[in-house]
Amino acid sequence: MNPIFKGNPITTLILGICSALAVTVQLKGAFVMGLSVIVVTSFSNFIVSCMRNSIPTRVRIIVQLVVVSLMVILVDQFLKAYAYSIEKQLSVYIGLIITNCIVMGRIEAFGLGNKPIPSFLDGLANGAGYAMILIIIAFFRELLGSGTLFGFRIIPECIYNAGYMNNGLVILPPMALILLGCIVWVQRSIQKDLQEK
Amino acid sequence: MNTNGNIYTVIYTTLVVVLVAAILATVSQVLAPKQDANVKAETISQMLSAAKFYEKSELEAMGNDKVLAAYKDAVKEAFLINADGTLAEELDIESCEIVTTSELKAQNKLLKDGATSGIKLPVFIFDQNGSKVTVIPCYGAGLWGPIWGYIALDEDLRTIKGVYFDHESETPGLGAKIKDDAGFRETFSGRSIDFADESAFSIVKGGAKGKDNAVDAITGATMTCNGLNAALNLWISAYEPYLNAVQPKGRGPVEIELVENGAAEAGQDETPANEN
Repeated sequence: MNPIFKGNPITTLILGICSALAVTVQLKGAFVMGLSVIVVTSFSNFIVSCMRNSIPTRVRIIVQLVVVSLMVILVDQFLKAYAYSIEKQLSVYIGLIITNCIVMGRIEAFGLGNKPIPSFLDGLANGAGYAMILIIIAFFRELLGSGTLFGFRIIPECIYNAGYMNNGLVILPPMALILLGCIVWVQRSIQKDLQEK
Repeated sequence: MNTNGNIYTVIYTTLVVVLVAAILATVSQVLAPKQDANVKAETISQMLSAAKFYEKSELEAMGNDKVLAAYKDAVKEAFLINADGTLAEELDIESCEIVTTSELKAQNKLLKDGATSGIKLPVFIFDQNGSKVTVIPCYGAGLWGPIWGYIALDEDLRTIKGVYFDHESETPGLGAKIKDDAGFRETFSGRSIDFADESAFSIVKGGAKGKDNAVDAITGATMTCNGLNAALNLWISAYEPYLNAVQPKGRGPVEIELVENGAAEAGQDETPANEN
């Protein structure tokens, strides 16, 4: 549970910010992106852990990279076949999971030194921590920016008629950064030991 | 076992790479038909949204089968033309035969080289409540990768009804706006092509005011807009013979010859009777 709350890859380790800002305009995209990262981190951690005793140390980063790329391309291919419109919307960010520091970081730090099942769970938890933040940010951005959740209208028409308008700023990346800052703030005020002196 | 020896390392990495390549090749083969169907439906929905039959988001919610059905319902003629604007071959409507992006790419290369043989440009004619909408594609280079799109022309074959652009890897928030920004695409509607002008249609920096055959470029996306401008002009001028041949109102390049031989005077002044 540690990676989901206290050691969350985005809010504590501040990794994977780029995609967290880019794909959180709508919940649907954030959800699929989160799921993809969960699949990639857990399975690549698992595979590398299975191979850990046979990988030559000198080329271990390259072997890790090959495994991660394999998973990312597989995810991309499946999305292209079964969720084409979302794949188009996420565009380059699916491919960029390869460079997401969370994936390589967890493989180096955990997968290489632990048994396959714990490694799988470690990847799962880290991916889930990432997905959770994405979904929280996307929830606010879609609600305030478009008045919808998962594409369904939440804010009723009568409120618009009374003069309410969607906040255009929330759609843009800077607002995601501010929201992310708020989440970090909330987290650190609850967990005092994370605060830096 | 020594896992750090040179021979071991070479054999190990080779095996891993071959294994991964095999997995990827298999998956890609298995999923290819499904992916192709998605790409086809996407291309068709781009044409339908350029011709303003549906909003793009509506089409995305419809699913592949319904998009193909909507296309079959709306399309009247689909064919390829030669460089001089004459009919080259018909496209099969029943199987929703379209022209893929890679075929557009090949045509774009020919157009750029100024070749006349081998040119086969697609024309799609839709029927929209009795009025004829002609959709033609364009293709070119953006900043990072290819860009392409569809231009829907009104019955006079000069006024632009709507456009849809797509790209492979333009910068999100800047160049990607040619696709994402519906407002930018909307500025094309109602503008027209003018072959008398130096460039038939242009995307210019802040200077589109008062010009009927130009729109304003997107701020911060100069390279993408220049690429789009070049792509539009290259392709529109490639269609010039065809667009002139069927002016002002006719059915297609084949029928034109018949009209000129006989019934020219009878048909020209009146609005031609609708084929339906």
